[in-house]
Amino acid sequence: MEQLDQLVQQAAAEFAAAADGAQLEQAKARYLGKSGSLTERLKSLGKLEPDARREAGAAINAAKVAIEGALEARRNALREAALQAQLAAEALDVTLPGRGGVQGGLHPVSRTLERVEQLFGSIGFVVADGPEIETDWHNFTALNTPENHPARSMHDTFYLEGHDDVLLRTHTSPVQIRAMQAHVERHRAAEAMPDLRIIAPGRVFRVDSDATHSPMFHQVEGLWVGEKVSFADLKGVIADFLRRFFETDDLQVRFRPSFFPFTEPSAEIDVAFMSGALEGRWLEIAGCGVVHPNVLRFGGIDPERYTGFAFGMGPDRLTMLRYGVNDLRLFFEGDLRFLGQFR
Amino acid sequence: MQFSEQWLRTFVDPQLNSAELGHLLTMAGLEVEEAEPAAPAFKGVVVARIVEADKHPNADKLKLCKVDAGSGELLQIVCGAPNAAAGMKVPCAVVGAVLPGEFEIKKAKLRGVESFGMLCSARELGLSEDHGGLYALPDDAPVGADIRDYLGLDDTLFTIKLTPNRADCLSLTGVAREVAAITGVPLRQAVVEAVEPAFEGRRDIVLDAPQACPRYCGRILRGVDAKAPTPEWMARRLVRSGVRAISALVDITNYVMLELGQPLHAFDNTKLEGAIHVRMPAAGEQVLLLNEQTVTPAADTLLIADEKRALALAGIMGGEDSGITLETTEVFLESAFFAPDAIAGRARSYGFSSDASHRFERGVDPELARTAIERATRLVLEICGGEAGPVIEALAPEALPARPPVRLRPARARRVLGVTLDDAAMLALLERVHLQVGREGDDFLITPPSWRFDIEIEEDLIEELARLHGYDNIPAIAPQGSLMMLPSSEHGRPVWALRHLLAARGYQEVVNFAFVEEAWERDFCANEQPIRLANPIASHLSVMRSSLIPGLVGTLATNRKRQIDRVRVFEVARVFERKADGEPVRGFHQVMNIAGLAAGSVAPEQWGERARNVDFFDVKGDLEALFAPRELSFAPLSHPALHPGRAASVRLDGHSIGVIGELHPVWVQRYELGTAPVVFEVALDAALSARLPAYAEISRMPAVRRDLALVLAADIAVERVLEVLREVAPAIVREICLFDVYHGKGIDPDKKSLAFRVSMQDTQRTLEDAEVEAAMAVLVRQAETVLGGRLRGTGC
Repeated sequence: MEQLDQLVQQAAAEFAAAADGAQLEQAKARYLGKSGSLTERLKSLGKLEPDARREAGAAINAAKVAIEGALEARRNALREAALQAQLAAEALDVTLPGRGGVQGGLHPVSRTLERVEQLFGSIGFVVADGPEIETDWHNFTALNTPENHPARSMHDTFYLEGHDDVLLRTHTSPVQIRAMQAHVERHRAAEAMPDLRIIAPGRVFRVDSDATHSPMFHQVEGLWVGEKVSFADLKGVIADFLRRFFETDDLQVRFRPSFFPFTEPSAEIDVAFMSGALEGRWLEIAGCGVVHPNVLRFGGIDPERYTGFAFGMGPDRLTMLRYGVNDLRLFFEGDLRFLGQFR
Repeated sequence: MQFSEQWLRTFVDPQLNSAELGHLLTMAGLEVEEAEPAAPAFKGVVVARIVEADKHPNADKLKLCKVDAGSGELLQIVCGAPNAAAGMKVPCAVVGAVLPGEFEIKKAKLRGVESFGMLCSARELGLSEDHGGLYALPDDAPVGADIRDYLGLDDTLFTIKLTPNRADCLSLTGVAREVAAITGVPLRQAVVEAVEPAFEGRRDIVLDAPQACPRYCGRILRGVDAKAPTPEWMARRLVRSGVRAISALVDITNYVMLELGQPLHAFDNTKLEGAIHVRMPAAGEQVLLLNEQTVTPAADTLLIADEKRALALAGIMGGEDSGITLETTEVFLESAFFAPDAIAGRARSYGFSSDASHRFERGVDPELARTAIERATRLVLEICGGEAGPVIEALAPEALPARPPVRLRPARARRVLGVTLDDAAMLALLERVHLQVGREGDDFLITPPSWRFDIEIEEDLIEELARLHGYDNIPAIAPQGSLMMLPSSEHGRPVWALRHLLAARGYQEVVNFAFVEEAWERDFCANEQPIRLANPIASHLSVMRSSLIPGLVGTLATNRKRQIDRVRVFEVARVFERKADGEPVRGFHQVMNIAGLAAGSVAPEQWGERARNVDFFDVKGDLEALFAPRELSFAPLSHPALHPGRAASVRLDGHSIGVIGELHPVWVQRYELGTAPVVFEVALDAALSARLPAYAEISRMPAVRRDLALVLAADIAVERVLEVLREVAPAIVREICLFDVYHGKGIDPDKKSLAFRVSMQDTQRTLEDAEVEAAMAVLVRQAETVLGGRLRGTGC
């Protein structure tokens, strides 16, 4: 019996000494293989008397279980060590930068326009579009600005060589006319036209270039025509928009009497922030007013039955205020170091 | 318009400080652009008389003065000004005074002599840049008076930005009327009494174009001293209104214009021949203007003429050889009403503007001419002496602007403004601005005063109500409406989706000008006849672009100059071409395109990928992603901007929608771009359209894949091969997909090997080997017969 105990201890020691799977299998063969010492002993049982055989057999089996247990433990240990070694070998410098390209981004004014469209879209304004080479009639005449009207000198207009009656639109307001005409056409058969609510972002052009003026810039036109639209609604919509756009109630909005040929009454919209770098300064951000009856008529709409309001905002200015940009020209220079800041 | 607050307060003096007054004007629609003090802050400076001016005992360039500053004793003051002389009146900063820049005057010792103050130049008081010497005050300046009071320096210069409809405020009287209306403070307007004629001298006036000039007042003044000095008070008011004081007669006409709003003109009466005619020009007639410009007036430009020649452009500018000079003794004064339509736009067409044309084209009170000529006459007689003849007034009453009453429906006003003002409150507001109000049923019938020619229709009155009620007092309400959902279509995508997709693939959006250099159109678009601007802002911004690619190349060049190597940019914008039946503006085709450019390394500099420059297929992949899941097709293209072997037209559903390619090496070199960019430009509407997904049955049967390696002539396009194979592929062939392109060993130099994976499957049953082999045989035969190819590994 002592011999068996010794054998178990000896096997366990050999297994422990095995450095890898192969050595372990060799060690296993020495005890449990065909001519292993334990196997030899089992073979020799046949020579014993039945009682002695039962007793010795049980002892040998116990030793075999013990040796197999030691073998399995060692196998697990080696497997675990191998796994650990593999994992250690596979370790990465996780601080190395990720692979692949960088994101591009939208133009900062596009960011603004996308939000303007979303905000106005949330109260039912749809996006409308119009041409940038526009007729003089749509840009001025239909907007109640006949030829020689002094208001035309407020717009320094780009004209095209060889054409008297077309120009680069000086504002997005001509879209009002096109949208009204299309709306009237669409609802020609209806007893009452549904409300017309549009927002028209786009590029506009004026002969002007300095630190605060660019010969091309953006505008967003807004128009709401219906049977019950008032100046008070205009004030409500604009104030709501500005608070949502700048994500703060911490601003004041003021409507100041002004003049545009296509609206009456007309107002300039000023905004003042109550904190931050521009605290307390009134900043002009849009012109607006009640749509002039002549403009409704040009659009094919009866001004007695329908009224409307319109506004024209400067999204470039909104963008500058929103992100703290101090030079309008940067928007049009294409410098990636600037544009990349608005991802 | 610029004016002095002090001058305004002589007409209306509300209990408001300058800032409050400015705010009031702004909120009344007369936007204050600037409010500048007339002089910087200083104190302790008085009017003084130099009693003695002797040489300083210890300095050649200094003088030792005895000065009477009104304190009862003479002050000893050392002074370095060359013009200091006994008897002169000058500003004196006494001990304790503080000059601009916080400069305090103390008792001092100069070269051993005590000095009790400082005699000042205009510059030292911040009044002008003149430092030629002491500021010489008039002899009648009261000694001891505070200089700020004496010169009226506690004044604010307001500059207001007037909108074109408020021409009635282009004068002090007009602004004062407005302030009085809003504050309720009474208006103090002097009554101008007519000057009795002292002689009978007259000059006839003929209104040849009464629609353009329905009223013209003229008057002869004789014995006038044109060299008389302009009084200090008048010069000060002019200067503070931004008008240079020139000579008494000119200053008086300007003064009356500023005061009342009526532009005047003074002719030298001795240079006129016969009657004055207000007429349209004869063909080829010329006028030499005051600004020494000779113009040939257009047929619609009204002239002032005598019987011999044209004298002046009516309401715009006087003539050089009929105007007054310092030698003039006889004046013919003109005060007329020119219709806005007859003046509007004319000055601009000659390339200038004048104070007169600015006012006439916006409108001048048609009833003002006589008052103004009387006011000017009084001032001339007062300042230049002489005597006045009678006022000759030519009038075409039927051509004067008709002023029918305007109907205002109070209910409509309430509806348009969204306010609850009652009728009585409205009436009170309207009467504040001198509107005569009558009633007809529920309506008001309103007759505006002659100067409110801007009030013509009901909306003008609604605006007036809003302004007088105060825009601030109109509520801001959240509008109510019927709730209807906006359409949301799956047959199209918003342009934002494209922008975000390109941004996610590394492209930065840019916004380039719609007008470009003419050379760009020629080089990149072979466009020899671009749409030219008539009045470009600069020669490099002179033609409308027909492509977005040149602008993106420009963006690349800009960034390359700033040492940025890797550039990926895109733009969504309109392009312009001529097209006779273009919509919606005839003659022009203007559609939105989306274009991109990639140059430099394919990925930002990094450790993880081998560096290589972006190539055609990188950008083609981006373009395909932009349209996925719809499939684009490509065909070789010759394009002036692009490398002839690396350019393709982009097609969708059989239509050409744009181009893609590498920039032509010639342009890469000429525009100093370094490495060649790859660009694309496609029609935006094609990119925005989308297809509704449609379900197709998924097969549960096993799929079979076979490879097909074909050797073909090198110049056969892959797309052609696929097209030809798909044409004959049996129904079981689900997909044919290119997985390898090989040139080199084992393949003739003029050949290439293309390897396709052919996937076959049936929805109902497992395919049999025989039909798979038969399908492959069909494909091989097709390649052999149509494309002249062969199976790789067979033949030679």
